[in-house]
Amino acid sequence: MSALLDVRGISKSFRGLRAVSDASFEVPRGSISALIGPNGAGKTTCFNMIAGVYRPDAGSIVFDGKPIGGLRPDQVCGAGIGRTFQIVKPFAGLSVLDNVVVGALERAPNVSAAKRHAAEIMERLGLGPKREQPASSLTLPDRKRLEVARALATQPQLLLLDEVMAGLRPTECDQMVEVFRELNRGGLTILLIEHVMRAVMALAQRVIVLNHGEIIARGAPADVVRDPGVLECYLGEEAEV
Amino acid sequence: MTRGHVLLGALLALLIALPAAASPYVLSVATLILFFAYAGQAWNVMMGFAGQLSLGHSLYVGVGAYAAAGLYFHFGIGAWAGVFLAIAVCVLLGAAIGFLAFRFGISGVYFALLTIAFAEFTRIGFDHIQWLGGPGGLFIKVEHRVGWDLLNLRGAPAMFYYVMLALTCAAFALCAWLLRSRAGYYWQAIRENEEAAQALGINTFRWKMLAVVISAAMTAIAGVFFAFYYNNLFPEQIFHISRSIEIILGPIIGGLGTLFGPILGAAVLTVLADGITELLAALGWEFPGVKQVFYGLVLLVVVMFLPHGIWPTLARKLGVEK
Repeated sequence: MSALLDVRGISKSFRGLRAVSDASFEVPRGSISALIGPNGAGKTTCFNMIAGVYRPDAGSIVFDGKPIGGLRPDQVCGAGIGRTFQIVKPFAGLSVLDNVVVGALERAPNVSAAKRHAAEIMERLGLGPKREQPASSLTLPDRKRLEVARALATQPQLLLLDEVMAGLRPTECDQMVEVFRELNRGGLTILLIEHVMRAVMALAQRVIVLNHGEIIARGAPADVVRDPGVLECYLGEEAEV
Repeated sequence: MTRGHVLLGALLALLIALPAAASPYVLSVATLILFFAYAGQAWNVMMGFAGQLSLGHSLYVGVGAYAAAGLYFHFGIGAWAGVFLAIAVCVLLGAAIGFLAFRFGISGVYFALLTIAFAEFTRIGFDHIQWLGGPGGLFIKVEHRVGWDLLNLRGAPAMFYYVMLALTCAAFALCAWLLRSRAGYYWQAIRENEEAAQALGINTFRWKMLAVVISAAMTAIAGVFFAFYYNNLFPEQIFHISRSIEIILGPIIGGLGTLFGPILGAAVLTVLADGITELLAALGWEFPGVKQVFYGLVLLVVVMFLPHGIWPTLARKLGVEK
């Protein structure tokens, strides 16, 4: 498997505080990879550098053979990376359908084509019956689904998921896992940040562990959760996964 | 044909028939309503659709007015040509303001302050342009008040009324189309959450610039109308911030971001404000500034009880699309 996303030695500091330090990892094409670690480890900062929100202080990010480090978020999206936000950001005043249409317009030639594409994606995520509701009326689990639907509507090759399972009940979490598995079978590469280990173990083929901005472990999920360093800093001695 | 189309058609027929029955006073009030409906619609593109608050739209009215009036006054070139100059200058101004703000990340209240600043220093600047009359004003010769010289915008009050009606209809149609197009979706996304909009591939700088430029161009046309309808221009009046406020009150009271809100808001405000002024005059009382106090009261009531404006509630009652 060749790497779809190749992150080499990226660093980011905020007012002298080093959020991410010389982090390197790759996301193989067609894989599901997970970025885990304690709060404040720098996971979301990594995402934001990939997605173009922050310019890395050092290092390079190569996506599908092209350097994308320092591009604007809309250019990164155009290159084929979709993302969700940890703190959901729905277009509250618009209908659920229109939220997804905005994403679909990225590749659709016109509004009516975007509407068709958006409707398909909403069915897939179980948002179909709620299409005419204002996004502000959705419950948290549905807002999380909407984040995913909007990002998917841009037809990405790589989907960045920032804690989409947080706040979901176990059954809802399992439904989401099933959706991502199916998307992955369809060829979508996924990189997720997740605290819900149930989802990580069910989905990820590879896990990267960040602590204090540095990568401390990587590998297959079953190996990583037995790593003493990971147990100590993140999962805890008593971890049952 | 929906119920909305029928109601819209009926309203239009009524407005077309109005000059036949109306007194000169009623016609002048109706023209004023249409002027504010049109200018409000233009402002609504920026704030209502794209979420960019301009408190300096008098800038575009004033510059548009002076551009066309200057051409006519000095060279005898009519409004038909002046309108192109007015649009060009206002588009450039809008683009300059938009570039400064959006390139350097000025948004929200600070963006609004920037728009006020541009309107204010343009007002002061025009006080020093003697070629355009300076503080003493620019006066266009009033002639043939009876004919219909559309190209030069010289003619009877009914002509001005119909010109303003046509402009209002055109602005309504343009905005309806824009709102359903890619631009409308992108603007609303930017208005609701700019960061999310950008993550979905929207070049927010470019689309915000487009909103400013379209709004400025539309408002410039309002300025040209103003110049030839009132025949006199004073920097102190036309660029004044109270002008900008008058423009934005209509859409806010009628319903921000809606298509019919600016029209409804302009009608409600102008009719009530003029009605109260007339009523007080008839009773022999004269209060300077009563109109402003009244605007304040209406705004207060609407913000408290109908925070989304009158139109969304009224539309639901009428059973038509917002």
